[in-house]
Amino acid sequence: MKRLFPILSAITAALLAYALYQALVVAPTDAQQGDVYRIIYYHVPSAWTAFLLFFINFIASIQYLASGKDSSRRAAKWIVIAVGVLGVVVTFLPQVKAQLVSTGMRPSAMATTVLCIPAFYFLVGWLFPGDRLDVLALTTAEVGVVFCTIVLVTGPIWAKPVWGIWWAPGDIRLTSTLVLWLIYVSYLILRRFSNSAQTQMLAAALAVFGALDVPLVYFSIWFFRTQHPQPVIGGGGSMDPRMLHTLLISWMAFLCFAFLVCWSRFRLELLHREVEAVHAMKSLVGKDRVPVGTSLPLSRRPQ
Amino acid sequence: MSLWSVTLATLKKDIRLEWRSKDALNSMLFFSLLVVVIFMFSFDPLAEESRHIVGGLVWVGFLFAAVMALNQTWARELRNQVLDAYRVSPAPATALFLAKALGNFIFVSVLEALMTPLFVIFYNLRVLGPAWQLIPVAVLGTWALVVNGTFFAAISLRTRSREIMLPLLLFPISIPAVVSMVAATTSILTGEDSAHFYIVLLLTYDVVFTTACLALFEKILHAE
Amino acid sequence: MTTTTNALKFLYAAYIATWAIHAFYISTLVRRFSRLRRELKESGKPAL
Repeated sequence: MKRLFPILSAITAALLAYALYQALVVAPTDAQQGDVYRIIYYHVPSAWTAFLLFFINFIASIQYLASGKDSSRRAAKWIVIAVGVLGVVVTFLPQVKAQLVSTGMRPSAMATTVLCIPAFYFLVGWLFPGDRLDVLALTTAEVGVVFCTIVLVTGPIWAKPVWGIWWAPGDIRLTSTLVLWLIYVSYLILRRFSNSAQTQMLAAALAVFGALDVPLVYFSIWFFRTQHPQPVIGGGGSMDPRMLHTLLISWMAFLCFAFLVCWSRFRLELLHREVEAVHAMKSLVGKDRVPVGTSLPLSRRPQ
Repeated sequence: MSLWSVTLATLKKDIRLEWRSKDALNSMLFFSLLVVVIFMFSFDPLAEESRHIVGGLVWVGFLFAAVMALNQTWARELRNQVLDAYRVSPAPATALFLAKALGNFIFVSVLEALMTPLFVIFYNLRVLGPAWQLIPVAVLGTWALVVNGTFFAAISLRTRSREIMLPLLLFPISIPAVVSMVAATTSILTGEDSAHFYIVLLLTYDVVFTTACLALFEKILHAE
Repeated sequence: MTTTTNALKFLYAAYIATWAIHAFYISTLVRRFSRLRRELKESGKPAL
């Protein structure tokens, strides 16, 4: 385990360097935007990574909330499976299919996205049992906020030279990202300021509220746009395949990087909880009498 | 002991207590007046664009007044361990939540009813669109703020800096509701667009979050 | 449309900002790691 981290770091560094080379040298220059458009190779992968991390946080939060009782755990499992199955069925209904195609999405892509919900639910539940679920939630929230900050910083930096403005309130993607960032910053603040024994549960409830909020944010801004036409920052439409290729390489590199950062943050949190437990033990048992062999479930692989 | 009887009993108790003391009520009323006056000095009422921004000003004013009202929601219950009494009683937690939310709704609606004529006077408002639509917008919008506000106020009880925690949690989550309320009000005041979509979105928001609050409140109530 | 060299400044700014933010966050992690390891050592337990 300890040797794996440096090896993965080296591989990730190489990937990131390769992605940078691809982004700055190999990818063709955009006809309209010139070379500035290359910001996209950092902006978009950061966004996708942030959304993936927040999605994992949402899944972990739901599992944490459901983990209290056996009945709620079973109910949650069946609901998640039902959501997956129904989602796939609905995607292929003729009316829905037509609607999706008109907005440029393939039904199979939508179906795969919906299937991610039960898939991630079971994967996360298996890999992170018990209290580790909450550590995962905290980790993905924090690292997600870091990547989201990058999206919000690079977005206006890209918009200014290309469209002449820093920000357009009707820009649906950037504005939705801003709201998502606000929700998760408030999540992190709640975690820090709460002095409840059930902080983890309160934070999980907030994460669920945040997830419910996101589609509503999207629709409210979407309709606002149709009434007040605004510039589309980030562009739409199809992309040169070489650009898409570079974008995917960049995303792969950033995913590996995000994985390493999350792993580090995860270990840091486990260490933090270990230290807190030691302090708690000391104050219960007495300063000089902490048994040396004492260890906590968190520091061992769960049975 | 049915859900509704407990809810009504708790609601009546809250209203009676509030009416007898009138402390909070009076200071809230004066605060609401101050907000309207400050806005009147900051955003020129006679400007051409004022009709387009009044929708936003009105709802920001209501939002501030609502946050002040919500911050006090649970404060009374903390004294004399009333909240602990609720937790050990057999009364359903959802009844307590509904009572609190309805009480806040009534309270904030009173504030809004008092602030609205002031806005009309200071900004010389005339409604160019279908005025009756303002009622569903007001009702749905206020409930959107109050239902989440009551829930987050309960969460904030267990944090340091209780008073600042509530708006920190409430504002991000309320953004779609605020966008809808403001856009709907502006559409109705200017008569330029239809508010129909926003009213439906507000209704969806209310249904989704009322359900979420009712489902999760029991856990929040029992958190140490 | 701004001149090419001016626009390239934005490109570099974006890339530098990205790595600056990552570097800042990782430095906070490293600082917290060393502080916690020190605390654990002081309390006399083997490190995680």
